[in-house]
Amino acid sequence: MQIDQQKCVACGNCIPVCPMGAISIDPLKNRASVNADECVECYTCFRGMSMEKLNPTMVRGIRGLLKLFRLRFDPEPDVCPTSAITPDEIAWPRIVRRAFSDPLVTHESTGVHGRGTEEVKTNDVTNRVGIGEVGYVVEFGRPTVGVRFRDIEKMTRALAAIGIDFEPRNPVTHLMTDKKTGKLRDDILNEKILSAIVEFKTRIENVPAVLEKVDQVSKTLETVVAVGVSTRCEQDGSSALDAVLAEEGFMSVRGKTNLGLGRRA
Amino acid sequence: MTNTLHRYGSGESFSDDYIVFAIPARGFNDNGAVEKLRQFLEIARKYKPVNMGDASHGSIFRPSKELNPTVHWRRDLSRDFDSVVSSVSCTTTVAAVFDNQDQAVAFIQELKEADLGLSINISTALDKAQQCARRAGVERHSVEYSLGFFGQTDRMADRHTLELSTMCGHGMLSFDFVRKLVEWVKQGRRTPEQASATLARFCSCGVFNPTRACRLFQESKGPSSSLMK
Repeated sequence: MQIDQQKCVACGNCIPVCPMGAISIDPLKNRASVNADECVECYTCFRGMSMEKLNPTMVRGIRGLLKLFRLRFDPEPDVCPTSAITPDEIAWPRIVRRAFSDPLVTHESTGVHGRGTEEVKTNDVTNRVGIGEVGYVVEFGRPTVGVRFRDIEKMTRALAAIGIDFEPRNPVTHLMTDKKTGKLRDDILNEKILSAIVEFKTRIENVPAVLEKVDQVSKTLETVVAVGVSTRCEQDGSSALDAVLAEEGFMSVRGKTNLGLGRRA
Repeated sequence: MTNTLHRYGSGESFSDDYIVFAIPARGFNDNGAVEKLRQFLEIARKYKPVNMGDASHGSIFRPSKELNPTVHWRRDLSRDFDSVVSSVSCTTTVAAVFDNQDQAVAFIQELKEADLGLSINISTALDKAQQCARRAGVERHSVEYSLGFFGQTDRMADRHTLELSTMCGHGMLSFDFVRKLVEWVKQGRRTPEQASATLARFCSCGVFNPTRACRLFQESKGPSSSLMK
């Protein structure tokens, strides 16, 4: 993403909007600019902000005049007055930034918008996670902290070392050069993204060991890790995971519940 | 996509937050799913959702690319339900957000009768989701638990900012932007409703809950608030 220097009037509206804090105003030029290394190509600024198409010279003139009298205009906070935010042409490997950061981009590997798969949201149809099994979604970088792939690789390598088989349809798995060791492509390791999800499943008895490993490795990363676990319920709606999670000291409040109304066509 | 799984807050904080969504299973029932997704949204409309959206095309709150300067005094806060329904054109996830359990239950009951064949999920506090399921006459099939955050949690914001920011699970609501709007509401420069609509326009899949956001903004104005770090 870039800011058109001819159009920018340095109003500053886009600065807090950026989830990565990658936009700032250069005091010498009096224009906003994007730190390309920090920008994750999430398109939050370009798509989320509303746009006006005002004449930049006129806007700068009015702003200068108001400043002279110590007056401040109170604009809408989500408007770029001169449509100065402009997407870049991006190429590999930078393109993975957008694929993992812009929720409106569909991953070719999954056919799903976003960073993971259908998880247990379609389990009533796919039976991906059966009774006695547990699905995991280990998400890096969220909320709005961001992550580089080299941190994700630390986790995938550690998980592979304890025998984890990664979900084949997950976008991160597609970037592995060796699924047995969790090794990711070298050319993406320094790319920064808004978030990514690593998915896999185990038997329920392995939950304590897996969560301990995730916790242990997470402490060594420069980002936050959000963890979700899922399972199929019994006929009466009960979940064997309740007792396991309680035993491990997790008091989970929030969750997603599949109501079992789906079926194969 | 775990975009509503890690919404931040206590169990009580989700008492006005029920997200019901439909998703086709790729390779199993996605052929012809577009019409069923539209049907889901049409049924949802009858139960007055506070937000509704399609993960490919956006929600009832949308940014505009052709504003004129009067917007700074008269911002249109109307909600565009028609565009959400009519713009569904591909296999995707559609969602409707309700701010009370009764409407969520009534919606699920009608979905059950409509028998769309798509997977239907509800995202809220786990105990409230089970209440909804049972009141609607179904037992839950599968459940996914949020275990919270690991790692460098000191890089996250304070809990009040997180409650607002994580309502867009895709991370489109930056901590700084939430803090800015909280401050503006406290200063009386924007109402909670205006600030909520502003945040909602950044959530592209329509799961942001403006009712809950209004309540959180309103609470931020209280004397005991510690919203700012």
